[in-house]
Amino acid sequence: MDKLIEQFSLGLFVWQLVLFIGLVLLLKKFAWGPILNSVSEREDGIKDALDQAENARKEMQNLNADNERILKEARAERDTLLKEAREMKETIISEAKEEAQIQANKVVEQAQATIQSEKQAAISDLKNQVAELSISIAEKVVRGELSDQKKQTKLVEDLLKEVTIS
Amino acid sequence: MYRHQLLKTFSLFLLFVTFSVTAQEHAEEHSPEGRDIKTEIKEYISHHLLDSYDFSLFSYTNDAGEHIYVGAPLPVILWDGGLQVFSSSKFHHGETVAEVDGNYYKVFHNKIYKTDAEGTITLDDHHHPTNTKPLDFSITKNVAVIFLVGLFMFFMFSRMAKSYKTNNLMPKGMGRLLEPIIMYIRDDIAIPNIGEKKYKKYMSYLLTVFFFVWIINLLGLTPLGVNVTNNIAVTLALALITYLLTTFTANKNYWKHIFWMPGVPVPMKFILAPIELLGTIIKPFSLMIRLYANITAGHIVLMSIIGLMFIFKSWIGSPLSFGLAFALALLELLVAALQAYIFTMLSALYFGMAVEEHDDH
Repeated sequence: MDKLIEQFSLGLFVWQLVLFIGLVLLLKKFAWGPILNSVSEREDGIKDALDQAENARKEMQNLNADNERILKEARAERDTLLKEAREMKETIISEAKEEAQIQANKVVEQAQATIQSEKQAAISDLKNQVAELSISIAEKVVRGELSDQKKQTKLVEDLLKEVTIS
Repeated sequence: MYRHQLLKTFSLFLLFVTFSVTAQEHAEEHSPEGRDIKTEIKEYISHHLLDSYDFSLFSYTNDAGEHIYVGAPLPVILWDGGLQVFSSSKFHHGETVAEVDGNYYKVFHNKIYKTDAEGTITLDDHHHPTNTKPLDFSITKNVAVIFLVGLFMFFMFSRMAKSYKTNNLMPKGMGRLLEPIIMYIRDDIAIPNIGEKKYKKYMSYLLTVFFFVWIINLLGLTPLGVNVTNNIAVTLALALITYLLTTFTANKNYWKHIFWMPGVPVPMKFILAPIELLGTIIKPFSLMIRLYANITAGHIVLMSIIGLMFIFKSWIGSPLSFGLAFALALLELLVAALQAYIFTMLSALYFGMAVEEHDDH
């Protein structure tokens, strides 16, 4: 320890202190500052780039998800459209059927009415014809029998009674 | 262009290394008769651990018996009733008295003392010189090394900082190697210990201290004879900066935990206060001693084992000590980085304590 103190050189100590502090300050300005700044700048740049890549990846994922969603929606819409169309077709068909039925019924009714009226007409026609025929027959009969007026009238009345057509 | 210069410097360095190795061998062959090789090695080691006034890479004795030093003299700066600046070559490596403006100075045990013209040093009973010691702010070998390392770090890291601007925020060349280390200090030392919010203001100090200690420790392992971190003055300066930074950036909670520890009975608070207060000084003190002791011990052991090679001049001893020295040198390489890491880590830990937020208590 004695030797250590004896060997201690104040000059060297002062020089070391001054030179070292000077070196620290010089290096701070010309070396460490720029170096550490450059390095941290570079690190930030790398970090930014990585973040950006991550963001892009996420965006891409979002886009994909969106696409998927849109596709799904489109598919669903198509399905509903198809369903609707099918339903519409069915209703149209059923409506048409109903309409047709009604129409047919109408036609049938009309036909029936026509038939009825035609029948009526035919019947009345027939009646008339029968009447005429009867008259003509009666005429013929009457002509033969028309010798006696009394007999004639009686015959006519009898005949008419016989020919009762409902 | 820059690379070319680097290559040149490196080859120059290699040249020095080979020179120093050959010179050492040379010196061994011509060591003066009668001197014990063990004491010589011991002296060499203790001399290596000290600072010196000139940048001598190696010395040898030539055929004419003269001591030849290879290196450069450094300026000596003294405050002795006025500023005295002269070249250390005037001391002739401590062998002669330097005369400057009528004052005489002599180096004794690696310190400069004021003497008379003959250079007499009077000693007291404890073998301490009684001569006056002028205030010594010389550019010693260690100061020169600190300055050169600072310069080297400044050029290396400011160049690295520039490369970020021209290369799209990516480092170039050396920076590719250094950036992971800087990131390690930020992400694994500063942020976990100090916290995400407050680590930024300490980063400059932590980074500088790590690279400074590491580079200086590594330089200490080269055969250049550089030894900066095994000077207590250097480690004290570093530890002092950590202490001052801790003290002056500390928040209210830190002081509250020192002077009035919450959550303990009142008498305990009185006992704990001086202990805690002492702790604030012991922490940087341990930083200082740890770095100093580790590096000094490493140098002593490594040099002793290298010295063993010259003592065992047998076919088994020298290779054995060479192997040991090699293994130890590798270990010292690890220690160089480890001590820098520990110093940085503990500094960060102390800063973290100073700015920690205690929500509950």
